[in-house]
Amino acid sequence: MNSIALILGLPIAGFLINGLFGKSLPKSVVGWLGTFAVLASFVIALGVFNDLRLNPDFQNGLNFKLYTFLNVGNFHVDFAFSLDRLSVMMTLIITGIGSLIHLYSIAYMHEDEGFYKFFAYLNLFIFNMLILVLGSNFMMLFFGWEGVGLCSYLLIGFWYKNAEYGKAARKAFVMNRIGDLGLLMGLFLIFHQYQSLDYNIVLPKIADGSTSVYMLTAISMCLFVGAMGKSAQIPLYTWLPDAMAGPTPVSALIHAATMVTAGVYLIVRCEALFYLSPITNNVIMWVGLATSLLAAFIGLKQNDIKKVLAYSTVSQLGLMFVAIGCGAYTAAMFHLATHAFFKALLFLGSGSVIHAMHHEQDIRQMGGLKAKMPITYITFLIGTLAITGFPFLSGFFSKDEILIAAFEHNKIVYILAVLSATVTGLYMFRMFFTTFHGTYRNHHHSFEKVHESPWQMSVPLMVLAVLSVLGGLLNLPKYLGEGVSHKLAHWLAPILPMAENHSEISHSTEFALLGVAVTVFIIAFLYTRFKYVSRNAVPESDEKTPYLGKLLVNKFYVDEIYDTIIVKPLEMCSQIVDSFVDSKIIGGFVSGISSVLLKISNLNKRIQNGNIEYYLTFMVIALALFLGFNLLF
Amino acid sequence: MLNIFQSLDISHYIYLSCVLFCIGLFGVLFRRNAIVLLMCIELMLNAVNLLFAAFSEYMGDKDANGQMFVFFIMVVAAAEAAVGLAILVMVYRNTRKTDVSFLDSLKD
Repeated sequence: MNSIALILGLPIAGFLINGLFGKSLPKSVVGWLGTFAVLASFVIALGVFNDLRLNPDFQNGLNFKLYTFLNVGNFHVDFAFSLDRLSVMMTLIITGIGSLIHLYSIAYMHEDEGFYKFFAYLNLFIFNMLILVLGSNFMMLFFGWEGVGLCSYLLIGFWYKNAEYGKAARKAFVMNRIGDLGLLMGLFLIFHQYQSLDYNIVLPKIADGSTSVYMLTAISMCLFVGAMGKSAQIPLYTWLPDAMAGPTPVSALIHAATMVTAGVYLIVRCEALFYLSPITNNVIMWVGLATSLLAAFIGLKQNDIKKVLAYSTVSQLGLMFVAIGCGAYTAAMFHLATHAFFKALLFLGSGSVIHAMHHEQDIRQMGGLKAKMPITYITFLIGTLAITGFPFLSGFFSKDEILIAAFEHNKIVYILAVLSATVTGLYMFRMFFTTFHGTYRNHHHSFEKVHESPWQMSVPLMVLAVLSVLGGLLNLPKYLGEGVSHKLAHWLAPILPMAENHSEISHSTEFALLGVAVTVFIIAFLYTRFKYVSRNAVPESDEKTPYLGKLLVNKFYVDEIYDTIIVKPLEMCSQIVDSFVDSKIIGGFVSGISSVLLKISNLNKRIQNGNIEYYLTFMVIALALFLGFNLLF
Repeated sequence: MLNIFQSLDISHYIYLSCVLFCIGLFGVLFRRNAIVLLMCIELMLNAVNLLFAAFSEYMGDKDANGQMFVFFIMVVAAAEAAVGLAILVMVYRNTRKTDVSFLDSLKD
């Protein structure tokens, strides 16, 4: 109980101290305070994890009720938290990677004038994200959901003096609001159906099968719309690439490792609900697959190092949703964890490059950085190999599990998912080789000025690189031996009562699928190596890209399409309302009343001419009239 | 002497006081000179006084209220004349005019 309070309390304390007094504290104090607040949460979470693992009395996790949040009629919501197997896993990822990124930010943001503000926001984000995963009811989840949306907005627009960045922040916020509406509708439906929002009441009621499948489909679709917004799936994904306007540690923490996986967490948390709604499952699978492919293809032609990673994040999130759609919840959580490791690593690595290049983000302006930045080079290489599925690194195992689940479920989905994995290999190696190999191409900064980053930045890189290598140990496949395999699946089994964990697939088929995955990796690697290293090609400028590539450079014109079919008509409507309804009808009515009154008073004004005889005459006439009236009638 | 007044019909008093009052009233309405205005107001007040006295007499010994009112009105009239003349003197000192039609600065 106290550990939950501490896990949540430390980041919010860090936020309050840095937010209120940070301006007058020295930068080193601010940075280390923020880092240690999160690190301490991580250590406490580790302790809880150990208890959960070893102590059999502890299997239901910790529950902690702070107070009754709402109590209206039959609507009761507690401000309560529970720390079970799923949320402890999320907590470890959030606080673990969070503390590394805090450490990294100390060096990365050191020159920034908003240093204390940055750490306050980061701590607030960690707090909200923890509320999201630790809450014991849907209301708490919603609270955290909105909180992380706010922090995301604040941090994307952190350099708000650049108007473009402010626009990106607003776009992210609005897109998320659309998703949030879906989530909110889902919560209303859940309450309507079950008269409660508590996981421990709602989920067993869903699992007992008494609810009609239509209701379950409606609820799960609504929740999935929420997940679409937060986890950047078609059609709401366009905010995530723009969110790269924020500082790079923010992209690593919020827009790669933690916040965007909230949608996956939500669905895994409501496993019973989604398991019982096959239509939604199919929708999730196809949406995830389409997102994964679309984003991967767009990533092929992006030249901004962070944009490539952003589209890669969208693509990997799509793969997680494919896994969920296929019923492989463990695989989704596994990929969530390994993706958090290697994508945080890649983002921090790109941050290190950007730092060294004085905020140059275009990979065409880089090249040959391998010689100057050995630590960044090696860790980035590990991250790239992990995401592209180099054998026995973390991404290899987690992606493979998703591919096997897809193979069992639907062969077409499998083929398309393999295609997505291939394209992932192509764009990642393209970016990697153009950045670190070849010759230096930037004429603004001399090559000699490029430098390796300070230790606060390289230590997180190294830790994350180790995690990216070893992450596969979480959930090794069965062919490596019964004793060591499927640790994560066993760990999450109590949380996922409905999903079948046994795989029908034979070992020979599994090895064949592995062979496909490895072949795909080798093809992608050799092709890009040939093109960008042996022939030393540089991605061409956007204008010179041929027809099909142009489509990719312009991201399939999705932003333009949204602009045409949603934003423009909306603007037109508001213009009509503004120029006609508001100014003519409402404004005309209001100013009409006043102008009529003005005319009447202008007429009456002449009576008051200051001439006393005139007044007296009127008085006498009026009196005479009154008297005469009285006398006559 | 008293009998002459008593022997006149009440209607004569009413006519007389109406005529006096109207003379005063039209004086107030159509004359511009402030002194004449004050005089006309006195005339109107005295027309009313006359009416009060006449009616009081007409009522006989039963009611002397009308005569009491006459005294009050005379006091009020004296006070009014004093204040009015004082204002008039000040106006004259400031404007060198006694014409009320020029005193319209409160209009705006």
